[in-house]
Amino acid sequence: MKREEIISIINDFLINEIEIEEELINDDALLKQDLDIDSLDFVDIVVIVERNFGFKIKAEEMGNIKTLSEFYDYIESKVNQQ
Amino acid sequence: MKRVVITGMGIYSCIGKNLDEVAKSLYEGKSGIGIDPLRIEYGYRSPLTGIVERPVLKGILDRRTRVCLAEEAEYAYMATVEALKNAGVDLDYLENNEVGIFYGNDSSAQAVIEAHAIVMEKKDTTLMGSGAIFQSMNSTITMNLSTIFKLKGINMTISAACASGSHSIGLGTLFIRNGLQDMVICGGGQEVNYLSMGSFDGLSVFSMNTDEPSKASRPFDANRDGLVPSGGAATLILEEYEHAVKRGAPILAEIIGYGFSSNGSNISQPSDIGSMIAMEKALKEAALSSKDIDYINAHATSTPQGDSFEAMAIDKLFSPHKPPVSSTKSMTGHECWMAGASEIVYSMLMMQNDFIAPNINFENPDEFSKNINIINKTTPKKIDVFLSNSFGFGGTNSALIVKKCK
Repeated sequence: MKREEIISIINDFLINEIEIEEELINDDALLKQDLDIDSLDFVDIVVIVERNFGFKIKAEEMGNIKTLSEFYDYIESKVNQQ
Repeated sequence: MKRVVITGMGIYSCIGKNLDEVAKSLYEGKSGIGIDPLRIEYGYRSPLTGIVERPVLKGILDRRTRVCLAEEAEYAYMATVEALKNAGVDLDYLENNEVGIFYGNDSSAQAVIEAHAIVMEKKDTTLMGSGAIFQSMNSTITMNLSTIFKLKGINMTISAACASGSHSIGLGTLFIRNGLQDMVICGGGQEVNYLSMGSFDGLSVFSMNTDEPSKASRPFDANRDGLVPSGGAATLILEEYEHAVKRGAPILAEIIGYGFSSNGSNISQPSDIGSMIAMEKALKEAALSSKDIDYINAHATSTPQGDSFEAMAIDKLFSPHKPPVSSTKSMTGHECWMAGASEIVYSMLMMQNDFIAPNINFENPDEFSKNINIINKTTPKKIDVFLSNSFGFGGTNSALIVKKCK
């Protein structure tokens, strides 16, 4: 899967399922501070990622991920490992 | 002791999604019963149910709030918004005053079953999602509404089978009467989804009259063949009388009697003695005698045994005065955990509009129902005082008496 396609899927569920305002979505956006993603939202993101990409996010691997760009990188690397 | 009044009401049911729609349906004797195709597919004996439309809350409540709401909590939200609006209570008031909530609910089956199905398939509890826990607890309604409406007072769910809604009003009344709260949101909610009623259907107590769903629920009628499950939510705002006067709130009626009892016998069978004790206690607290009751909203669900015991109890207690009796479950079906609250709303609408809603489908009395005064056609009637019965599995009984405020 190409990176653009992965980004498109992620942005689509962040906007339509997690209901984050579209204008807040950018590579440098901080997941917690800018996008207001809390621990409960994160559980739903785990569910949506599993549905869309077929793997489960591991919380311990998310520890260093702060920005949306880093999140795209993480998903891309996991998708390419499959 | 302080006086307890009703200052707001809201309703979301199979006979209407607000007070105006429901008042019209009650007057017209309109049935809200239909067939749910999912129940046939799932393996129900009877696919009959109250048909309740799910509210669309996207755009009204944010995602975090919506994912925590079970079906019955959505209905309770809708009914409570209407009730608070009618009581003249806004979010600013709720945030700055100590308002409590007692709400009846005794299941949240869909959330539990769907979450279980995910784990069975995926072998991973995280994949149930963040809302599963908040939807699957019996207290889903009170935990969600207390968060949405920023409540600061007593906050708990009453699980008392089909008397849950009635006991919630009774307990709200006791808290206000004893000076513990000035205002309490009370009510009852009931899920309607096909997953919620399978185990009840399994007892073979549901009507099988699929040819004429509107005639399936026929409390007190000799030719009944069982109840029809239903649901939705009903909310009442209870308030201390002086508090309501000071606030300039609309005072709709006063709760003057709450009687309760437990049969202490069979888990599923009702009792004439137990229900009589609840009614007698309510009358005693209200300092009324049986002749003072203008209307009885019966619990009667359209099962032979339950209807007969209640008819016997009413006959023993209210003869020779024979006040008019109807079971609105003939139109709504049995709204279970919600029924004790919704039937106060239905009776209040009758009181406000001077009529008795009919016990539709009551065509042929049996040996017990022939002894009481069942109204089967919409009847003009000035109601000053009514009594509403609710009885549930495990032998829990509740009777409420409500009086018009003049």
